Amino acid sequence: MLSSERAGGRGVEHGILRYATSPGSSSFTEFLSAAAPDLLPGSGPVPAFAPHGTTIVAAAFAGGVVMAGDRRATAGNLIAQRDIEKVFASDDYSLVGIAGTAGLAIEIVRLYQVELEHYEKIEGTQLTLEGKANRLSTMIRGNLGQALQGLAVVPLFAGFDLDAPDIARAGKIYSFDVTGGRYPEQHYHSVGSGSLFARGALKKLWRPELDTAGVVRVVVESLYDAADDDSATGGPDVTRGIYPVVMLATAAGTSRIPDDELEPVVRDILADRAARPGA
Amino acid sequence: MSMPFYASAEQIMRDRSEYARKGIARGRSVVVMTYTDGVLFVAENASSALHKVSEIYDRIAFAAVGKYNEFENLRVAGIRLADLRGYSYDRRDVTARALANAYAQTLGTIFTEQQKPYEVELCVAEVGAETADDQLYRLSYDGTIVDEPEFLVMGGQAESLTGEMGREFRAGLALGAALAVAVAALASVGGTNGAARSLPASQLEVAVLDRNRGPRKFKRITGLALAALLPADHGEPPSEPAPADTPPHDEDDGSPPR
Repeated sequence: MLSSERAGGRGVEHGILRYATSPGSSSFTEFLSAAAPDLLPGSGPVPAFAPHGTTIVAAAFAGGVVMAGDRRATAGNLIAQRDIEKVFASDDYSLVGIAGTAGLAIEIVRLYQVELEHYEKIEGTQLTLEGKANRLSTMIRGNLGQALQGLAVVPLFAGFDLDAPDIARAGKIYSFDVTGGRYPEQHYHSVGSGSLFARGALKKLWRPELDTAGVVRVVVESLYDAADDDSATGGPDVTRGIYPVVMLATAAGTSRIPDDELEPVVRDILADRAARPGA
Repeated sequence: MSMPFYASAEQIMRDRSEYARKGIARGRSVVVMTYTDGVLFVAENASSALHKVSEIYDRIAFAAVGKYNEFENLRVAGIRLADLRGYSYDRRDVTARALANAYAQTLGTIFTEQQKPYEVELCVAEVGAETADDQLYRLSYDGTIVDEPEFLVMGGQAESLTGEMGREFRAGLALGAALAVAVAALASVGGTNGAARSLPASQLEVAVLDRNRGPRKFKRITGLALAALLPADHGEPPSEPAPADTPPHDEDDGSPPR
């Protein structure tokens, strides 16, 4: 047997070198589908009646981009979970939020996080924001078979573009469909069952000159509107202290707004709405 | 058909060892040492793109000397192994010990089974919550694995550098002091008539595993941050600047005589 075959050949049992597959692939997903395909999201049969996650909103502002998601997961007419988290930092400068079949979506996000970090470690440099969005769309396309069975996962991707010429326009948002189509969005976007209402609220509330505090209030209020009209979206729960997950991607990296900062924002919105019962 | 010459197993292993050792000694050295906040890696490396030190996982990093294509292969395999483990279990289940064992088995198999052994020497380091939990593993071309408590030197004139480090090393040094010790050791050989050389920042590749950082502890120290940390007398330009595209294996780049 040729020694090179033994040393680097894919699938040849040879210590750790069986992981050193052909050069050129920096993708963890490609590696995983060769080395351990059973670990890929949704590789086994999935019951059709699985919890679903719902509304995600994202909005750009002068310093970057903000993304927020409500905390409810539903299974049919039941609330499966009150405090599920559907918005994640995919790496240091990007955020991903997911609507759709919760279990599958969280698995895809986990794989996506490893994918980006894996590329960064092997190549010694980060993917561009565009490259990250393309990578995500490939992974969604890989889930198309399941999507056709009703287990769709629709993500919203947003990030701070380090290559942007102007910091005021560095916050970018991409939406996707189940076939893997990738669409850059202007200013703001929303996905999930309550997205229609959230987008309507964003249309009236979003302004280009919003600062961080302003844009956080706008996304929380748009989620409030989504929860108001969509039964599968959970509103802020002041009784239990469950607030939306709000995350920022700015030049300083990604960060989550802590609950104790969100509480006054939520109470302010509630008081505002109480004063205008028709709103 | 001609009969192959008989060569005893001892002779074959000796020949391979000598071949690998020669290859490793041709390159330039890497120093890995513990310091108060974790583990410091200092490599003499004229290239800023072809690294000898790399991140493997949250708390684990890798340093290597020898043939670039061979240790690059091992580095990529290590990242894949670590990411696969972390993805299928949990991030905390990825340990330097497991990775070092995997490397040791691989290098051992290659050494005994293949015509040409890998001309590499590796270090796998893990930073713990406290100084006592830091781990350094040295892996040789034949799969030998050694757990080093404080520091290790690989490649080039490793023996004389180890002696130099042994004299100067103190546990719990601050970053600047630790870097000064490592750079002084690297510069202690290869000068004309046995004198010390001067190693400017452009000839060094420096990285740390800093236990005080977030989840990912690995950080490269480059550019101005490195220049600020180096002792003042290391600012002068090198007497013989190496070409910028010198690969780390540096077989014939005018590196110090063996």
